[in-house]
Amino acid sequence: MRAVLYSGYSPNELRTAIVVATYAFIGLFFVAAATFPLLPLIAARFLRPSRPTPIKLDTYECGLEALGDIRVQFKIQYYLFALAFVIFDVEVVFLYPWAVAFGQLGLFALVEMAIFLAILGFGLMYAWKKGALEWQ
Amino acid sequence: MELVVFILTALIALFGAGAMLISRNAVHSALFLLLNFGAIAVLYLLLQAPFLFVTQLIIYAGAIIVLFLFVVMLLGAERDDQETDRLAWQRPVALVMAGLLLAEVVYVFTSGVNIGAINAPAVADFASPEAVATALFTRYLFPFEVTSIILLAAVIGVVVLSRRATHDHAAVATQATDLTQLSERR
Repeated sequence: MRAVLYSGYSPNELRTAIVVATYAFIGLFFVAAATFPLLPLIAARFLRPSRPTPIKLDTYECGLEALGDIRVQFKIQYYLFALAFVIFDVEVVFLYPWAVAFGQLGLFALVEMAIFLAILGFGLMYAWKKGALEWQ
Repeated sequence: MELVVFILTALIALFGAGAMLISRNAVHSALFLLLNFGAIAVLYLLLQAPFLFVTQLIIYAGAIIVLFLFVVMLLGAERDDQETDRLAWQRPVALVMAGLLLAEVVYVFTSGVNIGAINAPAVADFASPEAVATALFTRYLFPFEVTSIILLAAVIGVVVLSRRATHDHAAVATQATDLTQLSERR
C-alpha cells in the first residue's frame, strides 16, 4: 500500500480505490446472480417456437377460466407483517456496525447489544402473546 | 476505473428515476425506485461511505420499498384508470419549482461559491462501520438504548392497532346490515 501511496495518487483517491476494490467482489456476485436467471430467459426467447393462440395467451389459473379482475385488494394483515419487518429491519442497521467492530468493542458492547435485543425481543414476545402473528 | 463505475451507476440511477416517473403501473414504479436506490447505494460506496451503502440497502431498498409495495397492493393503487388530472395546477407549479432548483444548482457550480464541505477531504475512517460502532457504543450509548425503547413502542403500536382493526371487523361482521356499511367505509 505504501508503494502505491508514492505513485502519484492522492490519499483520497487511494481510499476510494480501496473501497471500490473491496466491494468489487460483491459487485461480481451481483452480476453473476443477475446473469443466471436472465440467461435462460433470453436463450428461451430465441430457441422456442412462437405460435400464440388466444387460449395460450389467456391468464393461467390452475386450469380454470379466470374470473373477475386481476387487481384485488390484498388482506390487510399482510401490511402488519410488513410493518413488523420494517421495525426489525431498523434493528439490523444497528447490528451491522456492532458486528463489524465486534473485535474492538469488547464485552461491554456485547452486554449493551444484549440489552438492546432483549428490549426488542420483548416486543416480539408481546406480539406473539397477543396473537398478532396468527393468521386470521 | 472509479469513473467508469460512477458513470455506469449514475446512468442506472437516472434511468431508474426516470422510468419510475414515466411508468403507468405503480408496482413497476416502485421496482424502478428500487433500482434507483440500489444505484444510489453504490454511489455512497464511491464516496467512501460503506456504512451508508449498507444502510441505504437495508432501509431504503428493504424497508421503504416493502412498505411502498404493500401500500400499493393494499390500496389497489396500481390501477391505471387514465382519469383526468384532478390536481391540474400541480404540473406547472412543479415545472417552475424544478426549473428554479436546476438554476440554483447550475449557479452554485458555475459561480464558484465556496461550499466548504464539498472540497474538504474526508476524515480517514469517516462513516466506516467501525467508526460508527465506536461512536455508538461510547458517546451515544444512551441514545442507542433509547432507540430500542422507541422501536418497542412501534412494535406494540402495530400490534394494538391491528388487534383493534380485526376486532372491529369481527364485531361488525356479526352485526346488522347498517353496521356493515361502517366497515365498508373503513
